[in-house]
Amino acid sequence: MAVVNGTSRRAFLLGSVLALPTAVVSARLFGAAEAARLAAPVIDTYVPAFFAAPEWKFVMAACDRLIPADAEGPGALETNVPVFIDQELAGSYGRADDWYMEGPHDSKAPADMGFQIPYAPSEIYRRGIKATDAYTAQTHQKSFAELDAQTRDQVLTKLQKNEINFAEFGEPILKASAFFGFLLTNTQEGYLSDPMYGGNKGMGSWVMIGFPGARASFLEWIGQQGVKYPLGPVSLLGERA
Amino acid sequence: MAIVNDAVDVVVVGLGWTGSIMSIELAKAGLKVRALESGPERTNAEEIYPKPADQLGYSVRQKVFAKARQSALTVRHNQSQTALPTRRWGAFKPGNGVGGAGVHWTAVLIRPTPTDLKLKTWADQTYKPGQLQDDMTIQDFPVTWDEMEPHFDFFEKVCGASGQAGNIKGVIQEGGDPFEGPRSNPFPLPPLKDTLNNTIFAKAAKKLGYHPFPNPSAAASGAWTNPYGVQIAPCNYCGFCSDYYCLNYSKASPQTTILDAAKRLSNFDYRVNAHVTRVDLHDDKKTAKGVTYIDEKGQEVFQPANIVILASFQFNNVRLMMLSGIGKPYDPNTGEGQIGRNYAFLSNGNATLFFKDKNFNPFVTAGPTGQMINDFSPGTFDATPYDFIGGAKLHSSQAGGAPIGAALPHGTPSWGAGWKKGMKDWYGHSMKVSITTTCMSYRGNYLDLDPTYKDPYGQPLLRMTFDWAQNELKLQQFLRQRVLEIVKEIGPDSYTESFLKPDAHWNTTSYISTHNVGGAVMGETPNDSAINKYMQSWDVHNVFVPGGNAFPQNFQANPTLMLGALTYFSVKQITDQYIKNPGPLVQI
Repeated sequence: MAVVNGTSRRAFLLGSVLALPTAVVSARLFGAAEAARLAAPVIDTYVPAFFAAPEWKFVMAACDRLIPADAEGPGALETNVPVFIDQELAGSYGRADDWYMEGPHDSKAPADMGFQIPYAPSEIYRRGIKATDAYTAQTHQKSFAELDAQTRDQVLTKLQKNEINFAEFGEPILKASAFFGFLLTNTQEGYLSDPMYGGNKGMGSWVMIGFPGARASFLEWIGQQGVKYPLGPVSLLGERA
Repeated sequence: MAIVNDAVDVVVVGLGWTGSIMSIELAKAGLKVRALESGPERTNAEEIYPKPADQLGYSVRQKVFAKARQSALTVRHNQSQTALPTRRWGAFKPGNGVGGAGVHWTAVLIRPTPTDLKLKTWADQTYKPGQLQDDMTIQDFPVTWDEMEPHFDFFEKVCGASGQAGNIKGVIQEGGDPFEGPRSNPFPLPPLKDTLNNTIFAKAAKKLGYHPFPNPSAAASGAWTNPYGVQIAPCNYCGFCSDYYCLNYSKASPQTTILDAAKRLSNFDYRVNAHVTRVDLHDDKKTAKGVTYIDEKGQEVFQPANIVILASFQFNNVRLMMLSGIGKPYDPNTGEGQIGRNYAFLSNGNATLFFKDKNFNPFVTAGPTGQMINDFSPGTFDATPYDFIGGAKLHSSQAGGAPIGAALPHGTPSWGAGWKKGMKDWYGHSMKVSITTTCMSYRGNYLDLDPTYKDPYGQPLLRMTFDWAQNELKLQQFLRQRVLEIVKEIGPDSYTESFLKPDAHWNTTSYISTHNVGGAVMGETPNDSAINKYMQSWDVHNVFVPGGNAFPQNFQANPTLMLGALTYFSVKQITDQYIKNPGPLVQI
């Protein structure tokens, strides 16, 4: 297998790890610490597999507002959520491998007919970021990533409410609200899913909310109605927090 | 020129529940049986701990489901619209691969009631002429409770069903469902242990005069050896059940209950990634000579067989009949034709109750964990003042508790610091009170072939025309009131609700359930059905079509137990009668 950069190597390694029985992984190939290191690169030096540099800045700046860091718990950046999104878009999800994508597409179909546009998620991000940056260039003379936190929140709110007409910014098919929907969904997925997928670094979100991750064995606990579960999470690769 | 396989006695299309039951029973009867599964192999050995403990991979990205790319259909609300493809799964999500939907189901294994089986007769006795919608096309199942009961009982034993009987041979049992039909035996295993939501719901339901009982479960509450000699392990309440492959060998699936025994029979084999494109008929169209499939190398293969069992998912059974010219396609304008007629779905709704001071530990659960009441099913309450027919299971279930998509109280921001604080404060502090409803069949809800969209093999997609009828919307409004009374009795800090509004149309995007039924229904004569009581095609007698397609309308109980029982009923008739004397099993 060709190893193009650190990211591909990481994806390759993690893929290999899960294909093996856990005992072999932890005992022979990787310790939990090594697995954790592979699963959690340092975000500032991470080389995106999918996003171009300006897009990566957008995603970092958006995730930072969708799940900001504060005293309540970790935010999207400290938990590597942008890494998750990048890895997903570089893979089968980004290509919509599992979805029915044959035409004709009725992009104006009512919302209750579901996803009907011709773009896979990777394309949705590419076009959505471009249109949003075109909007902020016109309204604020800056890219989205260069805006202060309050203004980014305002722009994200406008995207969510479909108050930015993407058609005026060179994107006739994708709606601002549809782009925002993917961005928000994937951000929350990355925050709350297993660290194996690149986000939820250190299982920070699980510690905050009290979800024990992949423990998945509670025969001794089922009788303890109403008692708060006391143990911290474990991940699919055997990390503990 | 197609490759031609060695001939077999029986070819089984699809290796989910009904295909597995047919395969083992027909092979045990000495026939040479080959199953063709369109999806991949799925084995217990591959799906070991911790692999399935992965919400993103299994539940969100739907790893063990059919892919819309291969299995999409098109949907619309009425004949005047252009149907559009289900580009990704929304309201339903079918399975594929070995085990079918039987690997990722929630595993509620509940019987319909005797009234459900004879709904039309009951409706005619109960409602005034003209009181119900005139486009309603409900009919009786052509089987009786007494015909079904031994097969319910056997399939419960196959699955290691866990629950509390409510009626054993007519004697009402404390703690069970007093409205269930008489059963010959108690459940093989006691009910699963209750979670906090169960206890809270059951207490409130009792106080209101209802009759709560544990959800009948096919996740085994204890160790079990089934009639095929297959062992099932006690459920460990892992919390990854509905949408997941069982990591503990505890949830009944074709793999954990049937296939290991079937694989020991030398006259049974199966092929995976074998996509059947049609049933091939003899020139007189009265019998089939086998099926054609595309193998994993993309080659076309003809599989000769004396008996063809269509055991794929409801959608695809109906579609294969249409693509093969078995029976006459339904025309909603004239009411003629049977293939595609009486498609029905179901609706659901719920209230989510939030409690700051209660820990529900939602990750400590089995898929079927819950308590339900059957006090609002057809025949157990009087719906005549409300001008609707139908009912629901009212239940508090906790099918899984992983955090993506967790419920948050009204007013919680959808993102930002407020969302994060909402997750921190409220994850694990809510429970649901839900309805899973009946759905009647109507003249305008049906299936046919789409004129535009094609699958990867160039064949037309199935087209679904479906919308809510006034009857179901009235039912929702009635049930909403009952749920809110229970919520009031429970007294949470706050609650949110989700029910159909009186003017609602079917929303194809939000998940309801994969209990799609009808389209090739069973009945008394070829004038009211595609298949007879043994699920044998009226038109092509060596084709049997076991599946949800057989239901003339949908009852409030989950469908799997009925599907399994009907399949055992059918296979007994095939082995006892059909093999000796091939021909129509019901004379008209």
